[in-house]
Amino acid sequence: MSEIDVRLRDVTKRFGEFVAVDDISLEIPRGSFFAMLGPSGCGKTTTLRMIGGFEEPTAGTVLLGDQDVSDLPPYKRDVNTVFQSYALFPHLSIADNVGFGLREHGVPKAERTARVGEALELVDLTGYDTRKPRQLSGGQQQRVALARALVNRPRVLLLDEPLGALDLKLRRQMQLELKRIQQEVGITFVHVTHDQEEAMTMADQIAVMNEGRIEQLGGPTELYERPGTAFVAGFLGVSNLIAGRLDGTDVVTADGTRLAVAAGALGGRTGAVRLGIRPEKIRVADGDAPAGAALVGTVREYAYVGVATQYVVDTPAGEIQVFHQNATPGVQVAQPGTRVTLTWDPQATFLVEGETE
Amino acid sequence: MGYLRRHPRAVPYLLIAPGLAWLAVLFVVPLYYLVTTSLQSGDIYEGFRLTWQWSNYGDMLSQYRPQLVRSALYAAIATVAALLIAYPIVYFIARRGGQWKSLLLVLLVAPFFVTYLIRTIAWQTILADEGLVVGVLRDVHILAPDGRLLATSFAVVAGITYNYFPFMALPLYVALEQLDGRLLEASSDLYANSVRSFLRVTLPISLPGVFAGTLTTFIPAMGDFVNAQLLGTPKQYMIGNVIQSKFLVIVDYPLASAGAVILMVLILVGVAIYARALGAERLTG
Repeated sequence: MSEIDVRLRDVTKRFGEFVAVDDISLEIPRGSFFAMLGPSGCGKTTTLRMIGGFEEPTAGTVLLGDQDVSDLPPYKRDVNTVFQSYALFPHLSIADNVGFGLREHGVPKAERTARVGEALELVDLTGYDTRKPRQLSGGQQQRVALARALVNRPRVLLLDEPLGALDLKLRRQMQLELKRIQQEVGITFVHVTHDQEEAMTMADQIAVMNEGRIEQLGGPTELYERPGTAFVAGFLGVSNLIAGRLDGTDVVTADGTRLAVAAGALGGRTGAVRLGIRPEKIRVADGDAPAGAALVGTVREYAYVGVATQYVVDTPAGEIQVFHQNATPGVQVAQPGTRVTLTWDPQATFLVEGETE
Repeated sequence: MGYLRRHPRAVPYLLIAPGLAWLAVLFVVPLYYLVTTSLQSGDIYEGFRLTWQWSNYGDMLSQYRPQLVRSALYAAIATVAALLIAYPIVYFIARRGGQWKSLLLVLLVAPFFVTYLIRTIAWQTILADEGLVVGVLRDVHILAPDGRLLATSFAVVAGITYNYFPFMALPLYVALEQLDGRLLEASSDLYANSVRSFLRVTLPISLPGVFAGTLTTFIPAMGDFVNAQLLGTPKQYMIGNVIQSKFLVIVDYPLASAGAVILMVLILVGVAIYARALGAERLTG
């Protein structure tokens, strides 16, 4: 049975009238890579700051292991943070930056030097000890910030959009690097990001947040294949959502088309729903097609992007986006105006709530 | 304009030309006259002639050593006092002032909109024997029944401290205002409580402000003569009083000039030693 490192119980944070975090409860198991994902203003950073001790919850409790830390200042918590701005001390050398926490904990100098060396090696910055932060590139500064936090071997490491300031290529590289380091040190990582790809690449568990609440919590595959709400379906990748009413195991659209739903996706829903299908799960065939899970429509526009062709198809159930992989030689692109049939495996579908207006 | 377009490299030189002209007219030329005057001999009736009278320096140094030492001592004490008073106030305004920051800063420097002389004369009244401050201090037996504040070293140092306060406060304010609050979060995250955070982050990062503030306070304080004259007695006179009276009362220009040069050299040497001790390369980046 895995131990729980971080527990939030009914945590709420208000800034004046504004509710930044709205009654959140979650548990983060030891050694996991946990991501909080959402648009800006969704409360993910505030949640992280409450775990770090920089914000006090308006209501609810924060526990590290079994200890209630809700009222403890940051310097008494066994967590360390990698800040979005890195917040490296400009007047200290890299070695002194990394050794800052060890010194505050009274670690003897010899051990401190050794551990700082190890930490710099872990982030591949051996030999940079005597430099000043401003002599380093953004990516190097980011790794110093990581080493400065990791060297203390905290119970939990908090990462506040640590890759946000890096360019795309460096960000990809650092994502894999962070994942490797996390597996190597085995410390629980709590990562805040608005980049769904970043969360999917690194995290074991993702909490998708919106307006101060957790919309859905799960592994990357689960969240992508079976999003539980329209927000999650739209935030993680692209989804086609087809409105209709649930009739048995079919969704019936306004024009009477019946579309089958995966049995496991029903989740006890009734009445007005939306059926979701990812663009890459849809197959395109010429002309009219057999009954079943199919929609007939007309190609409105397309974009050939080499690896795939993206179509927008007008159907009686609305506009459908299709991502057709060009896996076979001799690619034929369906021109606008062509009638096509869209089919998919009902197992690939999911259901979200009906439109609320 | 055509010339500038054809010779873009001339632009920086043209831009610094006014500054250089200013420096030449108001610094280099007066300095030249000051140094040559300091080596002259003669008197106001027969005129002064350049006779390379190096003994002017020896005379100044031997006759007015107490005033020189007193100047350095008063200026040093006043600088340290101004630093100790200004730092907490400015820290509070810069870090905790919030929306009141600008107002508090204006309030801090507002007294200094009044002219220097009037402010110092006001201190005469405040420290006067029959004034409130002396009365209270006598009543609580901090001062003897016939004890005074006016006409003491204390009054002179207090006056200097007060008069040069903005020169200390403003550089400190700039340094503390610019300090990134996220660094304090980071140090708190790394187990430093607020005292430790201050010692390891705030104070070292504000050192350039301390350096600038102590220099802009100490240098004019060292040459000050108004405070000693208005709040002290000849027993509290500083080198500034000597130079002023040599120039304007005794009208011995060579000796007065030698005194001014000595003061300038002392300050230069002092600043150089101070900058080295604090590590000026580190401070200025």
